[in-house]
Amino acid sequence: MLALPSAPAPAPRRQVFVGTAVACAAGTALIGSMLALYLRFRDEAISADGRWVPDGVKVNLVAANIMLLALIPICVFAQWAVYSAKRGDTVHTGLALGLVGLLGVAFINAQAFIYSQMKLPANDGTFSAMFYTVTGVMVALAIVGVVFSAVTAFRFLGGRITDREIVSAHAMYWYFLSVAFVALWFVVYVTK
Amino acid sequence: MTTIDTHVTSAPASAGSGLACVAEWVTTTDHKRIGRLYLGSAAVGFVGSAVVALLLGIERISPSREWLDIGSLTQLFALQRFGLTFMVMLPLVVGLATAIVPLQVGARSLAFPRLAAAGFWAWLIGAVLAVVSVLNNGGPNGGNADFVDLFTLSAALAAAGFLAGAVSLVTTILTTRAPGMNMRRVPFFTWSVLVASLGLLVAMPVLIGQLLYVFVAHRHPSLSELSGNRAFAEFAGFGFTQPTTIIFAIPVFGFFAEVVATFTRGRSRNRGLIFAGIGLVGVAVFGTVLQWPATLRTSFLDLSFGEKLKDLLPFALVHGVPALGALVAVALCAKGLSAKPTITAPLVFGLFSALLALCGVAASALNHVAGAGLIGTTFEEGTWLALVFSAVLATMGAVTYWGPKWWGRSLPPKAVLPLALLAFAGAALAALPLMVAGFADQPGGVFPAVERGSDAVVNFDYSGPMALWNLLSSVGHGMVLLAGLVFIAVAVRSVRAGERAGDDPWDGHTLEWATTSPAPADNFAVVHIVQSAEPLLDLKPSNRSDT
Repeated sequence: MLALPSAPAPAPRRQVFVGTAVACAAGTALIGSMLALYLRFRDEAISADGRWVPDGVKVNLVAANIMLLALIPICVFAQWAVYSAKRGDTVHTGLALGLVGLLGVAFINAQAFIYSQMKLPANDGTFSAMFYTVTGVMVALAIVGVVFSAVTAFRFLGGRITDREIVSAHAMYWYFLSVAFVALWFVVYVTK
Repeated sequence: MTTIDTHVTSAPASAGSGLACVAEWVTTTDHKRIGRLYLGSAAVGFVGSAVVALLLGIERISPSREWLDIGSLTQLFALQRFGLTFMVMLPLVVGLATAIVPLQVGARSLAFPRLAAAGFWAWLIGAVLAVVSVLNNGGPNGGNADFVDLFTLSAALAAAGFLAGAVSLVTTILTTRAPGMNMRRVPFFTWSVLVASLGLLVAMPVLIGQLLYVFVAHRHPSLSELSGNRAFAEFAGFGFTQPTTIIFAIPVFGFFAEVVATFTRGRSRNRGLIFAGIGLVGVAVFGTVLQWPATLRTSFLDLSFGEKLKDLLPFALVHGVPALGALVAVALCAKGLSAKPTITAPLVFGLFSALLALCGVAASALNHVAGAGLIGTTFEEGTWLALVFSAVLATMGAVTYWGPKWWGRSLPPKAVLPLALLAFAGAALAALPLMVAGFADQPGGVFPAVERGSDAVVNFDYSGPMALWNLLSSVGHGMVLLAGLVFIAVAVRSVRAGERAGDDPWDGHTLEWATTSPAPADNFAVVHIVQSAEPLLDLKPSNRSDT
């Protein structure tokens, strides 16, 4: 066997952070493509019938706005967790991650509230199918975010306080979710 | 610094009972085993899909021998397309990359090995369920609504599996390279895997998104374009044709460059240009993501300059740039062949697979020139087959080349070399006649809904001079199937009783040849420092000539 010069084992190069960034890029492609097809169908429906949302269906914009607003403190708290983790402050890191998770649950709850208020069957036409699919995917991504918050909090509170990279990755994931939801909010809830 | 442990612990040799051995393989996080699981499953998929392709070829030869009903034909077309793309081409490429990339970059394991393993199982479960759905008349254009739903969801699950594999591969290449191995020093194959994986990262989510729309709309049917049985073909068909399949074939160029570099025993002077060429092929992803046909209109020559530009720029981006990239990569590698390389089976497989892939990429560009009259013909099927079989040939070459690193034994060169010729001849014979038949206007389609005896819709026309081309294509499918079966037999025999291979049987340049054959669970006993793109060549002063 050939003897190449050897070195001590290198420090991992922010594997979780890079992996999360790569996953966020894939998530952007997912949400972006779904919104693109949604826009295409909406344009075609408006050109043909002059309307997209079926008569009698009211999309609750207030709840959607609250979801959007909830993402602001989520991003602030996620960054607070990063700041605290860098200072080795376990209590504040745990608190920040807990708040992110809590607001994430509230975000999902608001979406469920919108569904319950709409009383729109999924087989009501193209709008209903596309609305439930694209918002459902967003909810699924938010559930992943809440689980990510919980895992990060448990790891940190479990004593792995040098594990700062995962806290940064967690913050990046919520930034991605925020940007994705802003796009979805504008396309699906605002410009109906 | 992260404390997340993705390091594979040394797995005990599978010397226990049969059940323990199975459990070891099912729960493995060793990248070499995950890769081999992909390759083994894809080999089964290859045999099944090739048999289906052969049946369809025979069915198309003569109108007087219609032995399959319309529904079965439609489903067999769906099975062939899904099978050869999602059960052969992609798993071969992802499996090969999973098994080899960490060794090439000097890493002890994949990044996120559990994610990669989960990706494999997601793909396998999705693929099996998809086959079950098709067999129950539930494929695209199928008549059983419940199984059409299952098929759609299974395809999304399989795509999610590939996505997981791509995340793992990209992170591995970006974060676990050996000290000194910057991106200009990564091996050709690893570079091509990075480009293809980035393409998958963008293409697979788009496919998954469309499939989810189709699934929800079909599950809750309404008067919607999305909810018909043809919705799958219309909205998700792009994932099974060009330019998407071009992205899947990118590692073929990397493998060719890799074996040329090894067997010419010198440093490649055109390294940067070959990297650029392979990278340009990845531009095809724009066509996938934007689902932009980017076709040159029939009246292209009569258009004003501005209108011509409107057609030409998207066409150049989606089809021209990848074709140029493929040409540059293959031409520069072929130039290296003038240094009189040792003729070995991996080199022959690499050359043939690259030629097929180049043919596929160029033909895909031609297919989108509306004036050529090839849209909606079997020309597209021929192009797709050229790309699929390029991946199959490259994998055969890769198994011959890297097999010693997986099981410590070599494949017999005298048995393998004729198979390269047989497989290439078969692949060319399967693909080219369909391209010619496309010029004779034989109808085709990605997921065609087959109808006969109707003037309104004829997707499966026997009339015309196509019988000969269909016959030749069927013979080609038979030859590829034969070559594949014999190769699988030779490989299995090699695993069990092949000749023991040395650590560096090919006198290679890259890091995988610096470890033992077979490579241990942790790949490398020590971390190597890399000082050039050909680290092992630095230790072989007699082999330092440039090519």
